[in-house]
Amino acid sequence: MLDTVIHIALFCLALSMIGLIYRVIKGPSIPDRVIALDAIGINLIAIIALISIVLKTNAFLEVILLLGILAFIGTVAFSKYLEKGVIFERERDR
Amino acid sequence: MRTHNNVILETMIRLVLFIIILFSVYIFFAGHYYPGGGFIGGLMTAGAIVLMLIAYDIKTVSIILPFNYRIMTGIGLLFAIGTSAGAIFFNVPFLTHAFGHIVLPVLGDISLHTATLFDLGVYLVVVGVTMTIIQTIGEDE
Repeated sequence: MLDTVIHIALFCLALSMIGLIYRVIKGPSIPDRVIALDAIGINLIAIIALISIVLKTNAFLEVILLLGILAFIGTVAFSKYLEKGVIFERERDR
Repeated sequence: MRTHNNVILETMIRLVLFIIILFSVYIFFAGHYYPGGGFIGGLMTAGAIVLMLIAYDIKTVSIILPFNYRIMTGIGLLFAIGTSAGAIFFNVPFLTHAFGHIVLPVLGDISLHTATLFDLGVYLVVVGVTMTIIQTIGEDE
């Protein structure tokens, strides 16, 4: 029973990732692509959680937190680049 | 006068940074029994510092964390060579590691392993190399 539910959920997540990949390729502006990549990262977290239920292991739980942190850092870096043109400022204007 | 105002990001960083650094330290110490170790722990610490560099700027971060990352890489290599060369003095081959159970006053019975010191060297080298690369590219005009 639980196995069937997990497989259906994995199928739905794969479908939504296909939609997001469509947005990454087609997206008219760069921010569309950044948001789609962020959402792909979150979907990947959900897929890893479901796979770790299927494989009956808790060895992947670090990967979930790691992907959350990496998706956050990547999105913040992209947004700063889009807004200011640089990622690391040498000296902030005060 | 400051033309840019990113209050939300800076307030967020103050909360998130501690979680990331705590996670990297956990993943470093759990490396002997669970997935993790010096490499991924060092990369997560470097990621936390990168997040700080994004929220603030290179000069502020060098005031907050006054480390010379090249010296940090050297200290990490010294840890690695020290723990592996220390085995020679006990008439065992190079890179032989030792471990033992030690009873500490507060923590009780804990098992200490010299491989942890080797891993600490890996951790310092990874943090130092990553931050050297990122700072060198970031200061480039």
